Amino acid sequence: MKWKNEWKILLLMIGGFLIAFFMPMNSIRFQNAIMESLYMLKEYAQLHVILCLLPALFIAGAISVFISQAAVIKYLGAKAKKVTAYAVASVSGAILAVCSCTILPLFSGIYKRGAGLGPATAFLYSGPAINVLAIILTARVLGMEIGIARAVGAIVFSVVIGLIMAFIFRKEEQEKVNKQIVMPEAEVTRPLWQETIHFGIMVLILIFANWGKPSVDSGLWAAIYNSKWIITAILGILLGIVLNKIFKMKLWKILTTAVAVVLVYILFKGNPIFTFVTGIIGLSYFTSTSEGEMGDWFSSTWGFAKQILPLLFLGILIAGSFLGRPGHEGLIPSEWIVKLVGGNSIWANLFASISGAFMYFATLTEVPILQGLIGNGMGKGPALALLLAGPALSLPNMLVIRSVMGTKKTVVFVSIVIIMAAISGVFYGMIF
Amino acid sequence: MIIKILGTGCSKCKQLEKAVIKAIENLGVDANIEKITSINDIMDYGVMMTPALVIDDKVVSSGKVLSIDEIQEYLV
Repeated sequence: MKWKNEWKILLLMIGGFLIAFFMPMNSIRFQNAIMESLYMLKEYAQLHVILCLLPALFIAGAISVFISQAAVIKYLGAKAKKVTAYAVASVSGAILAVCSCTILPLFSGIYKRGAGLGPATAFLYSGPAINVLAIILTARVLGMEIGIARAVGAIVFSVVIGLIMAFIFRKEEQEKVNKQIVMPEAEVTRPLWQETIHFGIMVLILIFANWGKPSVDSGLWAAIYNSKWIITAILGILLGIVLNKIFKMKLWKILTTAVAVVLVYILFKGNPIFTFVTGIIGLSYFTSTSEGEMGDWFSSTWGFAKQILPLLFLGILIAGSFLGRPGHEGLIPSEWIVKLVGGNSIWANLFASISGAFMYFATLTEVPILQGLIGNGMGKGPALALLLAGPALSLPNMLVIRSVMGTKKTVVFVSIVIIMAAISGVFYGMIF
Repeated sequence: MIIKILGTGCSKCKQLEKAVIKAIENLGVDANIEKITSINDIMDYGVMMTPALVIDDKVVSSGKVLSIDEIQEYLV
């Protein structure tokens, strides 16, 4: 046997054995932590999967299929105007960064062949933070303010960070390589307004289906809440019309789905979740069996689901066992969290942004982790600081960035991100 | 013929690789497949979006997973 190849597996086995051997089954804290992780999983399954994650996956899938990414990249090329390049770099993450595999190649492409260091770092910073799925889930689980603050903060700070980087290293003019960038071919010929309607309807469905119960029982918010399923149903009909008229989905497919939805509605009156799921099943079945655009849409949605859901599932279990649900303790005592990241001191914000910067968050797992932390006494400012520094940076991706732009620039970039995230955390904590 | 698949190792790159292998089998052509995973090497092809497909040092597609049929057209 060759130990050279096998030692890692052995080490894992020994590790697993030691954990199992010494598992503190009788410790109340440990028992609680296991229960907490299951409670948290259940909470996500009940509250966030059907109405929020499923539609969000369809939206992300649609973005990667129907929006011409080539059209966006053109504004980040070597000949692009600086102002445009910064503006596009700071917001285009929402379209381009739906898959983590595009961020680093795009970053080094913009840096080496395109608009240069400033726009490249702006993109690198904002990309992961304004990922549609991440923003939707943040707003849904952690609250609207922090979801919006995350998106806006990421966009604003990305431009500032890009400008600072470009200013610090202004003397090191990058020698332009003569080789041309190969622009990905534009495949989408659909007029923009058609795609806008398609997205608009899906986003509205997401918003209205998740409309929260307002604290007062009268007024506009309450009126919307009481009729949210009627509004969602109307939007569903509109989506059907759009799919038929613009995307040429066969009428009988849409009518079959509609009939199924109505039947389920009659059978399970009072439980709109079943009706909603039926709609999603209909949409999934008929898109997945279609050829062309509709089929691409589903396979890209399915791709995201396969990529993200298992990680999110694990992330929720781990966050649940370490931190517990809000108001409950997991393995880590609440006092520790309050001591380190409670309140809104500069120290708490800095600690949150530094640990966020080095920690690796798999896509979306920052949300359950933060939910646990906030529930155990983390301040709102430090929470935002962690959200702004966290997903953009991690130890592994720092190493890749370093191989692209060198140690000095990487250190400066990381420090700017940490400081900016901490400062924005302090301000956010003061306001909310 | 030398076929290179540029990609940092995400799931889309693996999908493209599978499709390429299938396309080569279907056509029965003689081809070597190489995987380029280092970002700096990928940059040397001027590709900004992975996965990308390079046939005989020419970038034929970037930023998407080609279908088997599409790959076969490039190979012929």
